[in-house]
Amino acid sequence: MLAAYCFYALLVKGGLGFAAAAAISVVAVTLLSVLCYRLVIEPVREHEAAVLIATIALALIFQELMLFSFGGHYLGIPSTLEGGVRVLGVSIPYQRLLILVVAAAMLAIVWFVLYRTRLGLAIRATANDLEVANLMGMNVQRIAMATVAMSVALAAIAGVVVAPVFVVDPFMWLAPLVTMLAIVVLGGLGSMKGSLIGALVIGYVEAITVFALPAGAYLKGAVALAIMVAVLLVRPEGLFGVAFEEER
Amino acid sequence: MIRSAMLCAALALSSGALAQGTLKIAILGPMAFVQGENHWAGAEMARDEINKAGGVNVGGKRMQIELVRADTNEIQSVPDATNAIERVITRDKADFLIGGFRSEAVIAMQEVAMDYKKLFLGAGAAHSKLGLNVESNYERYKYWFRITPVKDVDLVRTLFAVLGTVGQQIRTDLKTDTPKVAILAEKAVWTEALVAAAQKNLPGMKMEVVGTWQPSATATDVTAELSAIDRAGAHIVFTMLSGPVGISVGRQMGERNMKAVAWGINVEGQKEEFWQATAGKAQYVSTLDTYSEVEMTPKTIPFVRAFKERYKKAPTYNAATYDAIMILKSAIEEARTTDADKLVPAIEKIEHVGTAGTSTFDKRHDLVWAVGKTAGIAVQWQDGKKVPFWPPNIKGMQPFKMPAR
Repeated sequence: MLAAYCFYALLVKGGLGFAAAAAISVVAVTLLSVLCYRLVIEPVREHEAAVLIATIALALIFQELMLFSFGGHYLGIPSTLEGGVRVLGVSIPYQRLLILVVAAAMLAIVWFVLYRTRLGLAIRATANDLEVANLMGMNVQRIAMATVAMSVALAAIAGVVVAPVFVVDPFMWLAPLVTMLAIVVLGGLGSMKGSLIGALVIGYVEAITVFALPAGAYLKGAVALAIMVAVLLVRPEGLFGVAFEEER
Repeated sequence: MIRSAMLCAALALSSGALAQGTLKIAILGPMAFVQGENHWAGAEMARDEINKAGGVNVGGKRMQIELVRADTNEIQSVPDATNAIERVITRDKADFLIGGFRSEAVIAMQEVAMDYKKLFLGAGAAHSKLGLNVESNYERYKYWFRITPVKDVDLVRTLFAVLGTVGQQIRTDLKTDTPKVAILAEKAVWTEALVAAAQKNLPGMKMEVVGTWQPSATATDVTAELSAIDRAGAHIVFTMLSGPVGISVGRQMGERNMKAVAWGINVEGQKEEFWQATAGKAQYVSTLDTYSEVEMTPKTIPFVRAFKERYKKAPTYNAATYDAIMILKSAIEEARTTDADKLVPAIEKIEHVGTAGTSTFDKRHDLVWAVGKTAGIAVQWQDGKKVPFWPPNIKGMQPFKMPAR
C-alpha cells in the first residue's frame, strides 16, 4: 500500500518515469521497513504475539496516515504497458503479463538468495532454530533485519506492479493480505513450491466460482478459503509444508 | 437515564446560538472522502451567498449562518456517525442538521436527531426506511426530510427509463430486436430489490438477461466476471455499484476493449476523479447522476460553474446541501421562526426550485419523483468528460455513444 502510494505520488504527481518512480518507491519503503523494525519490532522480537500485534498496528497507523494525507479517494495509476493480446479468445492486458513476468523473476531471485547464497543459508538456519543459529555465531538480529527488508522489498515490488491494475486506496492492503495468508497456509509454511501451487489453486478456484456461480461471485474469496480449510483438515502442514513437522 | 439527562440539558441550551444571532447548521458527512467534501462545499456556497445577502430573515431579525463541520466517518464506522451527530447537538449546540451518506449510518443518525427533535435534512442516503419511518410514526420522525437523492425505489424508475432509451439505440445501431443485458450488481442490501426488478422487468422490455453477476462491493479484480459477460455476448452491462468495484469495472472493461456499454448506477463514476482513477480507460461508461451543465432549473448551470470555479471540480449529488440550506432558509422566512415544530409544515408545503431540480415532498417527506424535476440525469464518460444525455428534452443534452464494433 505504501509503495503504491509512493509510486502514485512520484509518477502521477511528480512526473517521474516508470522505472525511476518504481525504483525510488521500492527503496524508500524498504528503508522505512528497516527503521520500523529497529524502532518497533526489534524490542519485542522475542515475543511472537507482540510482533504480530505490532505489525498489524503499524499497518493500521500507515493506513490512517495515507487516509490523512491523500483522503479516501480512489486513485488510478496508468499502465506501465498499454494494450493487450488475445489468447484462446481471452483478452489479456500486457500489464497483467508484466505482473506474471515480474512474479516469475522474483520467485527465481528469492530461490537463488535462499538456496545459493550465504545470506540465504543464514536466513534458513535462523528460521529453523534461532538459538542454535545464535550459538553458531550468526548475528541473528542482523539476519532478522535483512529478512524483514527482503520481505518488504518483495511486497513493495508487488505493490508497484499491481497498482496499475487495481485501485490505490488506504485499505488496499487488507484483501490481498488475507488471500496471501490463505495461499501460504494452503501451500505450506516455508515452502516456495507450496506457495506457487497454492496461488494457482486459489486463483483457479476464484475464477471457476465466478463462471459456475455468477450470482455468487462475491463468494469467490470464501470458497477459496473453504478449500484451504478443507486441505488443512487433511494435511495440517499444508500441501508442501514442513514447518509443523517438529511440533507433531 | 444518561441519554435523558443529556437531552434535557441540550434542549435547555439549544437556544444559545440563536440568542447570539446566528443559525448553527451542522454539516454531517465523511469529510475525508469525496462525499463529505461535497457536503461541506455545497454548504459553504449556500452560507456565503446567504450571509453576503444579509442573512436569514427570521420574523424581521436578520441572522447569519454558522456552519459546524462534523466528520461522521460513516463509510468506515456507523458508531462514529452517531457519536458525531450526538456531539454536534450536545456540545456544538447545532440548531439544524444536514448531510449523511451511507444508509446504515443515516438510519442510526436519524434516531439520535429525532430523540432531540432536531430538523435533519438528508443529503445522501437513498434507503426507503428513512421515509417509511415518517409515515409509520409521524410525531417522532416528522423532523426528517430527504433532500437528495430520491428514494431507492424511485432510483429504479429512473434506471429503467434510461435503460429503455439505451436499449432503443442498440436496437437501431446494431439491428437487433432483443438487446442482451448482463446484470452486474455488487452484493449489498440496496441492490437486492434492484436486481429482482431487473430480472423481472427486462424481458417485458424486450431485452434478454444473459446472466447476473454479483461481485463484492470492494472487489479490485472483476476479470472473471467481465470475461464471462463478454462470452455471453452482452450488449449492455447494467451496473448497480456504489463501492470501489465501480472503478475496477470501468477500467477493466476498457482494458479488455469490451463492446458492451455500461449503464446503471456507478457511484464512483459520478465523481470527477473517476477518469483519473480508471487511468482514462472508462470510455462510454454511463451512470445516473445529479449535476451537469444542463438547464435542469435556471439555477443549475450558474451553480455548477460557480462550484467548479471555487473548488476546481464538478459537484456530486452530496453538494445538494446547498439546496438543503436554501430550503431551510425559505421555510424559516415563511414560518418566521426557527422552531422545528413550526418549520416542518412549512417544508411539507414547499415547492423549491433548486440547483438539482424542483423539490416537493410527499407524506414520507421523500422527494416526489418526476422526470425533469427530481429524477436526476444520465451521463456518459466520453474522452475524459462526463457528457449528459438524458432526459433528452432538457437543454444541453448530448448524444449517447456506443463503442466501435
